[in-house]
Amino acid sequence: MNIESVATRKVAPDASAKDAAIAIEDVTLRFTTPDGHMMTAIRDFTMTVARGEFACVVGPTGCGKSTTLNLVTSLLKPTTGTVRVMGEPVTSISRDIGFVFQADALFPWRSVVDNVAAGPLYRGVPKKEAYERARDWIARVGLARFEQHYPHQLSGGMRKRVALAQTFINQPKILLMDEPFSALDIQTRTLMQDELLTLWSELKASVVFVTHDLEEAIALADKVYVLTAGPGTVKSVYQIDLPRPRVMADIRYDDRFVEIARIIWNDLREEVQLGQSRTLETGR
Amino acid sequence: MSTITTTENTPSRDARIASAEMTAKARARRRYALVIALRLVLLVVFLGLWEIGADTKIIDPFFFSSPSGIGEQIWTWITEGTSQGPLWLQIYVTLEETFLGFIIGAIGGIIAGIILGRNRLLADVFSIYIKIANSVPRVVLGSVFIIALGLGMASKVALAVVMVFFVVFANAFQGVREADRAMIANAQILGASPMQITRSVIIPSAMSWILASLHVSFGFALVGAVVGEFLGAKQGMGLLISTAQGAFNANGVFAAMIILAVMALVVEYIITQVENRLVKWRPQPFNEQGT
Repeated sequence: MNIESVATRKVAPDASAKDAAIAIEDVTLRFTTPDGHMMTAIRDFTMTVARGEFACVVGPTGCGKSTTLNLVTSLLKPTTGTVRVMGEPVTSISRDIGFVFQADALFPWRSVVDNVAAGPLYRGVPKKEAYERARDWIARVGLARFEQHYPHQLSGGMRKRVALAQTFINQPKILLMDEPFSALDIQTRTLMQDELLTLWSELKASVVFVTHDLEEAIALADKVYVLTAGPGTVKSVYQIDLPRPRVMADIRYDDRFVEIARIIWNDLREEVQLGQSRTLETGR
Repeated sequence: MSTITTTENTPSRDARIASAEMTAKARARRRYALVIALRLVLLVVFLGLWEIGADTKIIDPFFFSSPSGIGEQIWTWITEGTSQGPLWLQIYVTLEETFLGFIIGAIGGIIAGIILGRNRLLADVFSIYIKIANSVPRVVLGSVFIIALGLGMASKVALAVVMVFFVVFANAFQGVREADRAMIANAQILGASPMQITRSVIIPSAMSWILASLHVSFGFALVGAVVGEFLGAKQGMGLLISTAQGAFNANGVFAAMIILAVMALVVEYIITQVENRLVKWRPQPFNEQGT
């Protein structure tokens, strides 16, 4: 079978590109567990995300997917290797970064509008302007009528919208997403994926989207990174050449999509099985 | 066919729903009335048995007093004043000591808890000493304070502060430690400085812990003030109890106890109101919805 014809091809992970938004070069991260063991979270990890590119990271549970995101934020520091954001080595949290968390990271004691305005307010934007921008973003994610609600009064999908607005209001050039939609039901998730692609195409940010859902990865991404079972390293990289704009509800039934999913799943399956059996053996 | 039937039935269906709601509401009201009635019955039976027991000498009123004796005692105190001055003055003095101790202890506890909760080195260094200080029975310190600070207000306030401080400190510390990691990381990435994180994430998330401790610790402050007065004072409810005890006046002891309980309940109610105002963002507990 001709792989080119189904709109995916393996490409080499390459850290040489000078103008890449994110460049992780040959990074190994080890840390000491409280009981004194050395743990290798990821090893010899190389990944680049070009400006405006949407990259997805998939891999078995516990292979260090989220670790890669924390390296980019500088919340974790590599043991060896370098991480560059916009060409500069990462030392502190860059103002260009936005992060959408898996768990609810909204502030429950702040109303929707106060939550969304938090970013600009932290960054010293005058109050009036911050709230104007917050209202604008709340309207853009379709929650104009819920400005004064508190997070506990909203559904999971609505809270995710608030989280997106809270992140996008800072106009991040780099968007890091850690399984952001995994807690949503499937219909809501599809809506949120469309929403994300729309916002992303307006913002032209570079995205690293971590997920355990391969179909989600293919549907969203320009590039899919498949990681090995922990300690994670890049197993293979697939370029996804499905045309944009993409419609999430339909793309799953596209022949090319199904073909791509089959190819990448064959690659990923071994790692998932390996990760699973390792977990069962070690009991960790 | 079925749609037509539904349309035709709408008025009567609405009426049935409305009447079902009415029945449910009436049932809830009846249940509430029943609970109140049973509470009153229990109180009357308890007081009645106590009174009868005291009248018939099954319970010796010399040691265990009687409801009527306690009532009389409180009335005498209100109308004629106590042996050490008007009753209101005693209540005022004790409340003042309690509040001063409560406020100083709570503020100190909150500040210390937040500082140590945010700074791991300080926490590791101080934790052992706090544990030691916390394990000393604090009431004993009352004697030390009376020796050092005299019979006036300062010694009682100091004892109340010590009683309150550790409870609030432990809760504030725990609250800071339990602050959600993702929420802190979120604030950090949104651009918050460490100070902004403390103010806008750490303190609000520790607030429910702190408020919970304020409930308990007001009681402790009252204990501190009363015990302090008990050990040596010129004014206050504690002195009133100690005087009554010295005169083998059981009525006086019980009466003072009841006055103290009322004081604690009133303040507890006020704290609850303040708490509800401060944490209006919190979801209503399920069983309180609709009441």
